[in-house]
Amino acid sequence: MTTRALACWAIRNAMQDAGLASRDVDGVLAYQMGDSVASPFVAGDLGIRPNFFMDVQGGGSSTEALIGVAMGAIEAGMCSTVVIYRSMNGYSQSRVGGTGRAEAPVTGDELHDRAYGWRSPGQSFAPTFMRHMYEFGTRPEQVAMVRVAHSKHASNNPKALHRKRVTVEDVLASRMICTPLHLLDCCIETDNATAIVVTPIERARALRHPPAVILGVVGRLCKPRPDMHFQHGPITTAAAKWAAPRLWSGAGVGPNDVDVTGSYDAFTFTTMLQLEDYGFCAKGEGGAYVASGAIELGGRRPNNTSGGHLCEGYTHGVSMVVENVRQLRHDADDSCPVRPDGRRVHTYDYREGGCRQVRKVDVTANFGWGTPAYGSALVMSRDA
Amino acid sequence: MAVTGRYLGMTLSIADLDGENASYFRYCAQGELRLQRCKACALVRYPPGPACPWCARSAFDWAPMSGRGAVYSYTEVRHAVQPAFRAHVPYLALLVEVDEQRGQPSEHDAIRMIGNLAMPDGALAPPDVVRTIGIGSRVRIVFAPAGPELAIPLWTLDAAHAGGTAPWRYPE
Repeated sequence: MTTRALACWAIRNAMQDAGLASRDVDGVLAYQMGDSVASPFVAGDLGIRPNFFMDVQGGGSSTEALIGVAMGAIEAGMCSTVVIYRSMNGYSQSRVGGTGRAEAPVTGDELHDRAYGWRSPGQSFAPTFMRHMYEFGTRPEQVAMVRVAHSKHASNNPKALHRKRVTVEDVLASRMICTPLHLLDCCIETDNATAIVVTPIERARALRHPPAVILGVVGRLCKPRPDMHFQHGPITTAAAKWAAPRLWSGAGVGPNDVDVTGSYDAFTFTTMLQLEDYGFCAKGEGGAYVASGAIELGGRRPNNTSGGHLCEGYTHGVSMVVENVRQLRHDADDSCPVRPDGRRVHTYDYREGGCRQVRKVDVTANFGWGTPAYGSALVMSRDA
Repeated sequence: MAVTGRYLGMTLSIADLDGENASYFRYCAQGELRLQRCKACALVRYPPGPACPWCARSAFDWAPMSGRGAVYSYTEVRHAVQPAFRAHVPYLALLVEVDEQRGQPSEHDAIRMIGNLAMPDGALAPPDVVRTIGIGSRVRIVFAPAGPELAIPLWTLDAAHAGGTAPWRYPE
């Protein structure tokens, strides 16, 4: 399918889920990296006449940022209900690092990275992760627990691409891509489209499902000198450290109030580093935190309960927000029995093939990762 | 005229309009590492660019550097993404902290340059040499010729300045 057809499929499903018709939607926001359809075509295919649209350049960390932009567009009176989508053929067309395409000439600033075979996201982030291991004693087997947890979650997600549970030994025995990243420390490449609907709370309350209420957003918030992450240290600290005060004060909650997290897992290390810098553990203790069981279903604060980018599929962040909406609705689409009225009866039995709904979910947080130098975040709650 | 070259089978090109990169790589072709030094605050910067990252002023000159430093972090690439590097795995991408301006203008700041581990002649280092380098290794700059006005700066083990402690390597 084309990214245009994928986008239409995802948005149609999101509108149907919300109980919205084409005439109810008048804003369209999309992000891409020169690899996807422009939103006016998608709006046209869906019968939407936009009062506002915008196609933004970017990947990870765009989801939460565009949710904030949608809120602003609505408050500015530009439109009333916005769909946000990302549509990508991340496996069949535009792969990470350009695998399968002829090598383009190395020009200008690229002589400082591509000329060294240092360009893919894994290669670019690796010196940050390695220095974290050096400074704080973070161990490969600790960080591998992120994959273990997310594979456990994916095993209870019938829609996940990689549903097989893995062990720490499996992660460490998978082939090394670039230190410290084994194959199973890396996310998967996926053809997909994903969509979110943002509308004022009064309107949302009249729609099909209980709304997820937005408490706070930060969008593409930067470290000082985001263009010089490696020269302006400490390089083991992500933008999350600067985003955290704005996020928590804006949302009116703190890390201890959060029941479920969605920390971007382009790599096991990105999840770990962000949880650390958003304050779920002390600086340098992210390895111990993710290895403690806290981030698994049944633990204190599960992360990426759908399986995330490591196991469910790579969506540049949208699916992690979608999953937290499911958790807040208490409607994770696992294999638990469904009553005649359509409500799922969750068992909270997290064994393989079982439940993935967290028992008590009042507040969720999403942490989008662009690079170590900038990121976005979103706090949502159940409607009181 | 654009600066062009070939390196490991890759076509390299710097546009006429990109004066900072053209100058930087022309110095490399002469065997010199020079970085922009701000005329206002006297601080050096990397990578090359139009404004001082520390005081936002634009006037600069090209300051000669010693070309010596230590590995601050690295990644050992075993799976090459770019076709040009498939024949060279495993290779090291080093983040080298140069000796000048460490801890300036603030504690965690330094000139840290990306580059591969190479042999003294500029060829990428073979696996047995790759295995000896880690965080803390002392290195010095070398240049791989890539055209009449273009050379790629790389780093080689600086045996003359090797420290007493073993470098930190990824635990395997």
